[in-house]
Amino acid sequence: MEEKKHLLEQLHDIQDADKEHHLSPKKVVELSEKHGYSPAKVYGVETFYTMYSTEPRGKHIIRICENQSCHMANAKNIIQHLEKKLETSVGGTTKDGLFTLELSSCLGMCSVSPAMMIDDVPYGNLTEDRINEIIDSYKEGK
Amino acid sequence: MENKTVNIKINGNDYTVDGSLTILKACRQAGISIPTLCYMENICEEGSCGICVVEVAKSHTLQRACITQVYDGMEIQTNTSRVRQARKTILELILANHPQDCLNCAASEICELRKISYDLGIDETPFEPTKDLDLPLDTTSPAIVRDLNKCILCRRCVKECEIVQSVNVIEIAGRGINSKVSCFMDKGLGESYCTNCGQCIKVCPVGALTEKNDVDRVWDYLADPKKHVVVQTAPAVRVALGEEFGMPVGSLVTGKMAAGVRRLGFDGVFDTDFAADLTILEEGTEFIGRLTKVLNGESAHLPLITSCSPGWIKFIEHFFPKCLPNVSSCKSPQQMFGAVTKTYYAQQKNLDPRDVICVSVMPCTAKKYECLRPEMDDAFDHWKDKLMLKDEDHFQDVDVAITTRELGRMMKEVGIDFEHLPEESFDSPLGESTGAAVIFGATGGVMEAALRTVYEVVTGQALPKVELEIVRGMKGIRTADIPMVSADGKEIIAKVAIASGLGNARVLLEEVSNGTSPYHFIEIMACPGGCLNGGGQPISNDPNVCEKRAAALYSQDEAITIRKSHDNPEIKKIYENYFEKPNSHLAHELLHTSYVERDLYELEKEDN
Repeated sequence: MEEKKHLLEQLHDIQDADKEHHLSPKKVVELSEKHGYSPAKVYGVETFYTMYSTEPRGKHIIRICENQSCHMANAKNIIQHLEKKLETSVGGTTKDGLFTLELSSCLGMCSVSPAMMIDDVPYGNLTEDRINEIIDSYKEGK
Repeated sequence: MENKTVNIKINGNDYTVDGSLTILKACRQAGISIPTLCYMENICEEGSCGICVVEVAKSHTLQRACITQVYDGMEIQTNTSRVRQARKTILELILANHPQDCLNCAASEICELRKISYDLGIDETPFEPTKDLDLPLDTTSPAIVRDLNKCILCRRCVKECEIVQSVNVIEIAGRGINSKVSCFMDKGLGESYCTNCGQCIKVCPVGALTEKNDVDRVWDYLADPKKHVVVQTAPAVRVALGEEFGMPVGSLVTGKMAAGVRRLGFDGVFDTDFAADLTILEEGTEFIGRLTKVLNGESAHLPLITSCSPGWIKFIEHFFPKCLPNVSSCKSPQQMFGAVTKTYYAQQKNLDPRDVICVSVMPCTAKKYECLRPEMDDAFDHWKDKLMLKDEDHFQDVDVAITTRELGRMMKEVGIDFEHLPEESFDSPLGESTGAAVIFGATGGVMEAALRTVYEVVTGQALPKVELEIVRGMKGIRTADIPMVSADGKEIIAKVAIASGLGNARVLLEEVSNGTSPYHFIEIMACPGGCLNGGGQPISNDPNVCEKRAAALYSQDEAITIRKSHDNPEIKKIYENYFEKPNSHLAHELLHTSYVERDLYELEKEDN
């Protein structure tokens, strides 16, 4: 018998296997039916944690930190620059479907603030120039 | 589990209490009141509102009384100035995000938040709102309206739906200031597997959950001189309506209710009890038919399960569709009444069925959904060819269902002095009913009423005692063995079970579903305690509300001379003149229905 995983892990499995990096309602209902959770209950869990998305997302997820240290290090300007560079706003996905821009709670990178993560890769000491470089490198690599 | 007693001090006085209690329970036992907004014993004990804080010696912070266990030597202070100030601040923070529109809030009179604010002497809210108070109303459900702007996130509705009803259609979604009570994918209640039982409305401490208000539709019909508007009142309404006018819980107001609705201008003042008697004849016959088949070794679906409660019907359609053949094909009394009004009654009164409007007053919110079910238009189908009706003539068997609370509001609107109304009777012919019909309003009532008739039909003799105490009571699940000897000398023991509350229904249904149910006949009501505690009833904080309303129903049963449905003279007449006999062809056409196998999360699966 398949070992029953913790709900959070199962949700990660579903999201990781999804092409659009989100928890599709269909998959969540299937999970609910299989394990006897109510879909509403699972929805409560998936909307509580920022790492899950109920909406389809781009190929790369940019999570930019806006907590105290980054805020003090002018994260606001960095976020605005990112929005301009990507031509989308926080929560949105770029037209080419390459990036989704999200805010994040503290990434634990206060010593190199302002900071962000793209997928699983952390980036610190962000400046406008550095952001241009990083974003362009992902674009070239697509 | 520790069961030893502990010695504690509350406000300087010594008490010896069970050590497993919370501070709140210990204080309540001692007669000391502590305000709460989220607490419901054994259902919602989560400490989410924070109003119940008390001071505990040696704890540097205030403790939430509802979730803190007592210990030996604990010293509790429930009304120091620090406690009062903290409660005020907590309330002010809740009020900062609560619309201040008490004047036009349906829950104004019963709002616990308003009452506590008054009790604690809140005079202003110094805090700015942190939430967007402009969320749209959820009006997708035909029964329940949700105004999330008023919600204080106490979680009572969530827990009621999960623990009592086992439906689990709502949960708190999001976090922080974005938290809100939500269905899956933020869909509306009407787009979900909600059963419309309305128990969430009963527990909401504010006006975030209310029934869909259909009062204006009734006024419009009453104002239309072309329409012949009749009203039917369900059994449980007569033991609760008085509460809307300040009468004590459990007041029996049948005569005043008939007088009151007559003064609203209805053309016929009738009683759903008439249709309840009809239900017993139809359902009793169906039961005897199935039981006889099984006793003769033929196959038939047993146990037979009652079908009066539309919240329960939607529940089984979603959660146990495979068990639907066990459900009686009888319509609920509300729907039988509607179909009879627009056929038999219209014919007797020589009325065009298109001009007859049937309004029902129900203790129930799910009845609003039931009367809209597309298959509940058998009177229209009946007349369609005979009167050459066109599609635009289409009408439902029951046009509007309003709750006991809405009827109370209508009477207040026209200034009826309810308490001083005279006692009046229902009109003829659909106003005659028996004691058996009256007890439909309590859990076990349909079973008792059915057995009064079934016993006599099977054995040829009257029940030794007409009161079947064995099937009464407020326990969630009850069972009984009813021995009978048939006319030809065969001994039969009818095994019956009764469940009220969908969580209890689920227990019996699991047995039916896996083939281990030992019963022949099961009565199920969606609401705990039956219709008398329905989602459309006046909201009471009396802990014995169910027992008191049930006692009133049983007292009316005792006061009525005719106590068995098959002895109702108008029922005899309707079979002689119209239906011929129970389960006849015409009875099947008008009084029986079919159900829909709903995929559990059918609506949730739709991607959009």
